Amino acid sequence: MADFSSFRLRNANMTLKERFMRLSWCYIFLICMVALTGFVVLYAAANGGWNPWASRQFSRFWLGFAIMLAVAMIDLRFWLKYAYVFYVGALILLFIVEFFGHDAMGAQRWLNLGFIKVQPSELMKIALILALSRYFHGSSLQEMMTMSSIVIPSFMVLLPVALVLKQPDLGTAVLMGAGSLSLFFLVGVQMWKFAALGVAGLVSIPIGWRFLHDYQKERVFTFLDPERDPLGKGYHILQSKITLGSGGVFGKGFLQGTQSRLNFLPEKQTDFIFTVLAEEFGLVGSVSLLLLYLALIFYGYVIAFRSSSFFGRLLALGLTMNLFLYVFINIAMVMGLLPVVGVPLPMISYGGTVMLTLMFSFGLIECVNVNRDVQIGRRGAYDD
Amino acid sequence: MITRDGDKGKMLTRRAAMLAGSQLFLSSILLGRMYYLQVLESDRYKTLAEENRISTRLLAPPRGLIFDRFGQPMAQNNQNFRVLVISEQTEGNLNATLDALNKILPLTDGEIQRIRKDVRRSRDFTPVTIRENLTWEQMAAIQLNAPDLPGIIIDEGLSRHYPFNESAAHIVGYVGAVSEEEIAAGKPLLRLPGFRVGKSGIELQYNTALCGKEGAQRVEVNAVGRVIREIERDEGVPGTTLPLTIDMRIQEVAYKKMKNESGAAVLLDIYTGEVLALVSTPSFDPNKFNRGLTPDEWKELSSNERNPLLNKALGGLYSPGSTFKMIVALAALEAGVIRPDTKIFCGGHIMMGAHRFHCWKPAGHGNVDLKEALMHSCDIYFYEVARRTGIDKISAMAKRFGFGMPTGIDLPGEKSGLMPTRRWKELILGEQWLQGDTYNTGIGQGYVLATPIQLAVMTAILANDGYKVKPTLVVPDDRSPSECKGEYLNIPKNYLQMMRDGMFEVVNNPKGTAKTARLNVDGKMIAGKTGTTQVKRISMKEREQGMRRQDEIPWEERNHALFVSFGPTDNPRYALAVVVEHGGGGSTSAAPIARAIMEAALKFDPAAKTPKTFKKNAEKL
Repeated sequence: MADFSSFRLRNANMTLKERFMRLSWCYIFLICMVALTGFVVLYAAANGGWNPWASRQFSRFWLGFAIMLAVAMIDLRFWLKYAYVFYVGALILLFIVEFFGHDAMGAQRWLNLGFIKVQPSELMKIALILALSRYFHGSSLQEMMTMSSIVIPSFMVLLPVALVLKQPDLGTAVLMGAGSLSLFFLVGVQMWKFAALGVAGLVSIPIGWRFLHDYQKERVFTFLDPERDPLGKGYHILQSKITLGSGGVFGKGFLQGTQSRLNFLPEKQTDFIFTVLAEEFGLVGSVSLLLLYLALIFYGYVIAFRSSSFFGRLLALGLTMNLFLYVFINIAMVMGLLPVVGVPLPMISYGGTVMLTLMFSFGLIECVNVNRDVQIGRRGAYDD
Repeated sequence: MITRDGDKGKMLTRRAAMLAGSQLFLSSILLGRMYYLQVLESDRYKTLAEENRISTRLLAPPRGLIFDRFGQPMAQNNQNFRVLVISEQTEGNLNATLDALNKILPLTDGEIQRIRKDVRRSRDFTPVTIRENLTWEQMAAIQLNAPDLPGIIIDEGLSRHYPFNESAAHIVGYVGAVSEEEIAAGKPLLRLPGFRVGKSGIELQYNTALCGKEGAQRVEVNAVGRVIREIERDEGVPGTTLPLTIDMRIQEVAYKKMKNESGAAVLLDIYTGEVLALVSTPSFDPNKFNRGLTPDEWKELSSNERNPLLNKALGGLYSPGSTFKMIVALAALEAGVIRPDTKIFCGGHIMMGAHRFHCWKPAGHGNVDLKEALMHSCDIYFYEVARRTGIDKISAMAKRFGFGMPTGIDLPGEKSGLMPTRRWKELILGEQWLQGDTYNTGIGQGYVLATPIQLAVMTAILANDGYKVKPTLVVPDDRSPSECKGEYLNIPKNYLQMMRDGMFEVVNNPKGTAKTARLNVDGKMIAGKTGTTQVKRISMKEREQGMRRQDEIPWEERNHALFVSFGPTDNPRYALAVVVEHGGGGSTSAAPIARAIMEAALKFDPAAKTPKTFKKNAEKL
């Protein structure tokens, strides 16, 4: 029986029920915990009201939850097979948004499909990881150590990053770039190539600086010295630090945060949502949330190394890295360690597309977990 | 192939471990930063959060009212509409707002300059006063045009009003805008728009008590500064109500009599030192100061040769003239150089070396004793008495009566006058004291200078049988009954009685110099002493040509006229000093004024009512 089952698994002919049973419920529990924290904080951000944020975030979460389960139920080889299709689709959407995008906050990021606003750059984050995972799955270690083999994936990265930068969305570009680099790193691209890239990057800073928008330059100046214009450009980061710091060890108490209640932080429900938590629940709250995220990330590693396929491992690691980058950049940003680049706090910041794409990526990680025993050959995508 | 894929897996594991390590490292940086912000720096950020949240607004307490002895308001607070501008709300264009306002409420260039200056020196969100005391129509016009006037607000406030206008100006004084030095040094209250502080008189002397203590409103504000709720409110302490000792009925009589003259009159209660009337003329309207003087009004006040802004009752220095003769007589009696019946011959003049000293009556008074000498105000008698007594004893006696030092009245601007001594002349003038100086001092001329209030105090001491008097306008509640009668000056009471008898004759004897002051209110009479002091030395030529009448010579060359008086004569209670600058003669111009004031004093008898006291200790200011 055991042999039979393993044979069936190897052939990935699991029934839906079997797939369902192989989900990591622990991982789902952690996701729900973060989402729950998000509802509580959004409830607090609205001065103790379900509207306008918490209730909508709640329904989006359940939509995302359904997507996650659906994605997890699909065979991993399907994702391998259609990785490039997704990538090209997302790339086309990015091009479209360039010309027909919906303007929000001075940046063209949205594609209004009438019933839903789609942010193609969010989709691209996942599509890029899928596509790179497929590419690296199909190449050997020796190949990856040659210069010629990293030219194609480099272009796969640079194309969407350039489009996203043009939107302009520095945050997403940084996430994509750093996420992709970590995949290059994982598959064994030599250290000296990263060093060379670093040197090239430093050299190109003065050139790249000229392509930055004025408001992006301002953000960098503000990051370097937030107090130079406390009521203007530095207002956000200064108020953010005041909100965080004034929370102290135990916080001001649920719904007692003066900074958020009196609106000293504009747009607190999105990028600066962490401060609302930190103000009302203090160091205890902020450390707890960070540990929750780290647990989720740790579990991502566990799932990755349970997987028997290179594609599965790379996909789980890439998506986990993506989650880590979200968490790190957002929290470092609100604490004044990084410039304000516009990266949301996953599952907690108010926002539809981010929530749905994150749930999509959790679905993929669960998919890796479900298909952990499926072995896929280098040319697995072409098997059938 | 398998081996190669195995290498690929090993590489992935190794690199993933490195990546996980770096993620742990980055996470620990986040944890460290959280600890730094939320534990180490927490107190600083808590303070900043409170500063964000809490805004303190000052509440101006109403200024204390000033009443006279009988509860007549002398200074009160009237409702007042004023227009203010908040520069941060002018949409960045103060000039445009002012131009728009100018069409509705014409502003002078001076006002616009002042507004600009005030806006510059105050913070953007503090309102700056444009104009006060708007009429109802002006206010309505501004309200109607409010949408075109960003940053302009109408505010209902209190403004100071002095119902008695000129007649009590030198007592109450006036309030004015806070000067820049006061702002620099002072309390935050002073920065409130339109805040007024005392600039002279009682308003200045008791400014702290009248101002009260500022209240504060602590409010919670949101990010745009809108008030969310009031956290606490401290109404502050309203300014203390000040009851003065003045009787406005007498004050108005005195002002009416004096207003066309230049001079001063002071009426005292001889036992308590309470000032019942204090007039200095010409006067000014303190309401105009509060409103803000026009340049013309200021020029008129400051360049007037009769000096309306000087409180002459305290700050005017005059030779006491013949009103000083009682002091000389007392010094002589105490020194034993004369007795009351000692007769001295007056032949109209006396020789002192080569100098000739004249009596005011060229024909002379013949043989006069003390009482007659006072009654006739014979100069020759007092030249001789002063010579016998010597300047040292005269000075000592004068100082016991308070000459040469401030009386300590609770009003600003008091001068000490001058009581010359040998030492003074040597030190200050570097000259030897001469016999002639003693002669001049003997008739209250020469170097001796006194203020009207000093003369009133001297008269009070003569009338109250020799007790020190400190004039006061506000009675502190801790004044004990014994303070009503000051320290005994150790002057034999029978000598003082002789002075009073002499002063009685001056007014009531048909031959007295002040028959014009004779008065009888229900049997109550007054006594007094005239004084006429030369402003210009009379030359030999003028004396030979015969004295010209005072009203024939220019005003500024006429003699000062003085009169000191007390009453009622049988049981004295009131002492009065009147000085009329260039009034001609004591008997002709000062005595009739004194008579009118004393008549009012005897008629109204304000001393019969104890004034309300000022609860100084009740306020923790």
